Amino acid sequence: MSQSTLDYESTVNTEQQSLGKRLFSANTLWTGLVLLVLYAVFSIMRPDAFLTLFTFQTLLIEAAVLLVLTVGMTFVIITSGIDLSVGSVLVFAGVVGAQVMEGMSPGGDATGAGAGVIAVGLLATVAAGAAWGLLNGLLIAKAKIPPLIVTLGSFGAALGAAQLLTGGSDVRTVPAQLRDWLGFGQTAGVPHMVILAAVVALHGAWLLRTTRFGRNNYAIGSNAEAARRVGINVTGHLVATYAYVGALAGLAGFMSLAYFGTTTISGHSTDNLNAIAAVVIGGTSLFGGVGTVLGSVIGVFIPAVLTKGFVVIGVQPYWQPIAVSIVLVAAVWLDQVRRRARNSR
Amino acid sequence: MPLLEAHNITKNYGSVEALRGASFSVDAGEVVALIGDNGAGKSTLVKCLVGAEQPTSGEIVLDGKRVSFDSPTTARRMGIETVFQDLAVAPDLDPAANLFLGREIKRKGLLGALGMLDKAEMRKQAAERFTTFGVTLQSLDVPIGSLSGGQRQSVAVARAVAWASKVVFMDEPTAALGVVQRERVLEVIKRVRDNGIAVVLITHNMPEVQAVADRVEVLRLGKRVARLTDADMSLENLVGAMTGALNQEEAA
Ligand SMILES: Nc1ncnc2c1ncn2[C@@H]1O[C@H](COP(=O)(O)OP(=O)(O)OP(=O)(O)O)[C@@H](O)[C@H]1O
Ligand SMILES: [Mg+2]
Repeated sequence: MSQSTLDYESTVNTEQQSLGKRLFSANTLWTGLVLLVLYAVFSIMRPDAFLTLFTFQTLLIEAAVLLVLTVGMTFVIITSGIDLSVGSVLVFAGVVGAQVMEGMSPGGDATGAGAGVIAVGLLATVAAGAAWGLLNGLLIAKAKIPPLIVTLGSFGAALGAAQLLTGGSDVRTVPAQLRDWLGFGQTAGVPHMVILAAVVALHGAWLLRTTRFGRNNYAIGSNAEAARRVGINVTGHLVATYAYVGALAGLAGFMSLAYFGTTTISGHSTDNLNAIAAVVIGGTSLFGGVGTVLGSVIGVFIPAVLTKGFVVIGVQPYWQPIAVSIVLVAAVWLDQVRRRARNSR
Repeated sequence: MPLLEAHNITKNYGSVEALRGASFSVDAGEVVALIGDNGAGKSTLVKCLVGAEQPTSGEIVLDGKRVSFDSPTTARRMGIETVFQDLAVAPDLDPAANLFLGREIKRKGLLGALGMLDKAEMRKQAAERFTTFGVTLQSLDVPIGSLSGGQRQSVAVARAVAWASKVVFMDEPTAALGVVQRERVLEVIKRVRDNGIAVVLITHNMPEVQAVADRVEVLRLGKRVARLTDADMSLENLVGAMTGALNQEEAA
């Protein structure tokens, strides 16, 4: 064989794709554009009512709790798992935290509680969420029960446990200081709820994009057997991921306490579906291996903007779930098309 | 003394006996072709030898010491790498990420301690490796699921070869390759062998066996039935051993 056919000339194109090209091919860009267009359309239709600082602030505040749930959900769905229990774990953790704060307060009324009690309450809430997430993770990764079944079980059980703890009624005394500082507090016009959610999202994006934990998350969702064979601790990673989602659900429960001033036991039955919808609209694949936190953030705001916009332009609010469903189905369909195009190679 | 030996390996999947007392050996710095008909148990034997499956019975000896690999990680720590028949790559990750999967380079200092990866360094090293192994890639930034089957296979081969220090198992590494890529993989195999590393090549392509193998071991129905050296590696002998016409080890 002549040397020329075996010439090891450099056949690897080592040039990074240009930023523009990478952005253009990314789903995130397109969903981001959809969000901007929606925002622009509502703003043009009702500049007086929609394009105001107040509307913008409430939009962000109302999305903050869901956003925190969605960051965790992004990690789980990228591993090709699912967590249906986030809303119930949020409630359970909130009840635990609220009762701990009441228990530490004279007369069981936490309204006047100080920073120390609030800090313990925060820890208790996050720990309760993480503990439930850990349980999910162990059942899924160690006992090998499908995530859909485990978290469907937790969806019912965590809510039941919360109701058992309170006897079915909401805990109503939440420290006023907590409500003032986190629930309604602002710094330079930015609500503290929003700052906290942004910190969680930035940390999640950093974890997913740049660390080994994030890399393993993608690898496991892409091909768990391959991950195992190169020595990634798949079981341990999955347990940690579900515990992380649980901890974030706990944090979301604490934010919800601060904002609503009660445990809102019956108010979170569709949080799981809203979080999943946001993640999927944001371009994360239900088959695993693909997704970004930024996409999920956009996915949270598309339904939120639709809701606000419909109210402002006077469309019946019943249209909102229909519009969101169309966006959702379109997002999944796009993902399927992309996968088919790739697998037919 | 052989570098890696297996004696009387059996492996049952329920009632299926995939291996029925298979033996195998390979020396440092030689290429052994492991051949046999479809379903003979080649892939199963490799999985047992690299810790991806646990043999039902039998013993594995590395460097004269009995070993048992509870996972591929254990085997890899001892310098044994594998190109699995199903490749075991993560299709959604890019070639560099797959090359370094499970062995990522971290950043220096605090950021590394926080778990941050040095993607630029991995990308640079990956490009170098792919170039030395003659892997043709149009771009380093696409998920490898979107590459051609042959390119994927080349990446898997490059990954195994890059990290092996004792033995490389390759389960049909050239099955999807074009003529040029196949030649390149065979060149790589020879180069690895010349560095003193043992290569175990599974293939159905007999000219390929004759071109690179120093020895051949033949599996049939879950057992080794023949060991052939250079002089005996005629097509007739190879085919005879695979079909059962030639059996050296029946009595053993
Ligand atoms: N996970 C499994 N479960 C059940 N049976 C299995 C499993 N893996 C392999 N077998 C059986 O073991 C036997 C040997 O399979 P193996 O894949 O090792 O063959 P092979 O020699 O590699 O064949 P090929 O050349 O087609 O790759 C086959 O009969 C197969 O059906
Ligand atoms: Mg095989």
